[in-house]
Amino acid sequence: MKKLIGLGLTYAIVQILIMTNAITGYLQATLVTICINIILAVSLNLITGFTGQFSLGHAGFMSIGAYVCALITMRVPTVYGFILGVLLGALAAALVGCLVGLPTLRLRGDYLAIATLGMSEIIRIIFLNMEITNGAAGLNGIPQFVNWTWLFTFTVGTVLVISNFIKSAHGRACISIREDEIAAEAMGINTIKYKVVSFTIGAFCAGIAGALYASYFYFLKPDLFGFLKSVDVLVIVVLGGLGSISGSILAAILLALISSYLQSFPEIRMILYSLTLIAIMIFRPQGLMGSKEISLSVFSKWASGLKSKRGRV
Amino acid sequence: MLEINNIDVHYGVIHALKGVSLKVNEGEIVVLIGANGAGKTTTLRTISGLKMPTGGTVLLNGADITNMSAQQRVKMGLSHVPEGRRIFAGLTVLENLELGAYLRRDKHEISKDLDMVYQRFPILRERRRQMAGTLSGGEQQMLAIGRALMSRPNILFLDEPSMGLAPLLVQEIFNIIQDINKAGTTVLLVEQNANMALQIADRAYVMETGSIVISGTGSELMKSDDIKKAYLGG
Repeated sequence: MKKLIGLGLTYAIVQILIMTNAITGYLQATLVTICINIILAVSLNLITGFTGQFSLGHAGFMSIGAYVCALITMRVPTVYGFILGVLLGALAAALVGCLVGLPTLRLRGDYLAIATLGMSEIIRIIFLNMEITNGAAGLNGIPQFVNWTWLFTFTVGTVLVISNFIKSAHGRACISIREDEIAAEAMGINTIKYKVVSFTIGAFCAGIAGALYASYFYFLKPDLFGFLKSVDVLVIVVLGGLGSISGSILAAILLALISSYLQSFPEIRMILYSLTLIAIMIFRPQGLMGSKEISLSVFSKWASGLKSKRGRV
Repeated sequence: MLEINNIDVHYGVIHALKGVSLKVNEGEIVVLIGANGAGKTTTLRTISGLKMPTGGTVLLNGADITNMSAQQRVKMGLSHVPEGRRIFAGLTVLENLELGAYLRRDKHEISKDLDMVYQRFPILRERRRQMAGTLSGGEQQMLAIGRALMSRPNILFLDEPSMGLAPLLVQEIFNIIQDINKAGTTVLLVEQNANMALQIADRAYVMETGSIVISGTGSELMKSDDIKKAYLGG
C-alpha cells in the first residue's frame, strides 16, 4: 500500500512539474534517459547480477526493440501502433534472446561475454545492411508517442516484473545458478532452462527500453547500439551492485545526474566522469548497494529515527 | 535398487571409466574407495546425471534412467552431495535448505523435513539466518547433507564428506551417515578415508584407474591384505 502511494506521488509530482513547464526540454530528455537506463540496467542485472551470466549483448536486444517499434509506428502512427510496436519489439528481442541463449549459455564467464558481444555486433551489422532500416543513414521522423505516463508505466512495470520474478521460486533457482551451478544442478534445477529464461526476460525488457528510446528520440541509427552502449549498461549494473535492483535504479539516476551536471565542463567532462566511476569503485567495490535492497520500510524507519543494522528489512 | 552396468565415460579423449558395474541394494551403505583419479567421483556424477556416459546403462528399481537429466533423477529420489560441499555461499542456511526441496511443492511436508534436518543438525537451526559461506567446514558439510535430505531422497550419494575436516568431525559425519541410513535412506558413499568408510559399509567396491578391481563386504575388505597395503596404511 505504502509502495502504491509512493509510486503514485512520484508520478503525480513529475507530471505536475512537466505540465507547469518546471521540467523543460533538456531535463525531460534526462528523465527519459534515466527511465530507459533503469529498464536496461534492471534487466541486465537479472542476467548478470542474479543469474551470474556475464553478458555484453544488451545493446543488441535494445536495438531490435527500437527498430521493430520504429518500423511499426512509422506505418501505423497511432497510439495503438505504438503499443503494438513496443510489444512486438520486446517479443522480437526476447525471441532472439532465446534463440541466441540456447547455444551460447552453455559457455561460462569470459567466453559467454565474447559470444554475446559477437551476437550484438552481428545484430548491429544486419541493421546496418538492411534496406528497410535505411542502413547507416538510419531511420528519421519516427512518430513520438512516449510521454511521462508511458515511460513511468513501462519502467515501473519492468521493475515490478523482474523483482517479483527474483523473489519467486524461479528467481531462487536463478540465484542458485550464480552461487554454484553444479550444486544447483544436483538440487534438481534445470540450469540451462533457467539461464535461457532469465536471458529471454532480460532481452524482452531491453526490447521495451529500445522501443521507448526510438519513440522518444525519433531517430535511430545502428551506431547508437554499439559495444559501448552495452558497456554503459554494464557500468550502471556494476556500479549499483550486482544482484541489487534498487542499486541499479540508484546508479542509473546517479550517473544520469552526474553526466548532465558535467555538461558545464565540456572539455574535461569525460575525464571527470571516468574519475567519478573509478572513485566509486575504489570506495564501494561491491557497488553502491552491494547485493542489498532498499525498500520503503527502510525510509519510514529512518523517518522515525530508528536505525536498523540489517540491510534487508 | 540401483544398478549400473558396464558404464563407459570419456572426458574428451580420456577414457575415465572403463566398463564399471556396481549394485546398491535397498537399505545398504555401499562404499566406493580408491586412489586419486580412480574414477570414484566420475562414477557418482554419472549415476546422478551430472555427467553423461558414452556406454552402459544406469537402472533405478529396474527402470532405465541412463538418458534422464539430473533434475528428473532428483525427482525419482536420487540426491547428490557433491564433492567439496558446494553450498550456496551467498545465501542463508535456510535458503540453502529450501533450495534442497526445490522440486517439491508440498509446503507442509517440506517444513516437517526442515524440522527433521534441524533436529539432526541443531547447529543449522542456530545459524539459519547466517550466510552459508560463513559456516565452518564441518557445518558446511552438515548443511550440504541437510540440503540433500530436503529432497526426501530414497538414495543419497555422498562424495568425500570427510574432505578437509578434523578427525573428530569426520567421526561425527560418519555417525550421522549411519543414522540417516538407519532412518531408511540407502547410501552410496565415495571416500578416500578408506578405514572409516569400510567400518560403516555393508558392502564396498575398490576402484583403480577407471575400473572396479575388488568388491566385497566391508569387513572382508578390511581384512584383505591387498587393501590393507594399498589403502589402510599397512
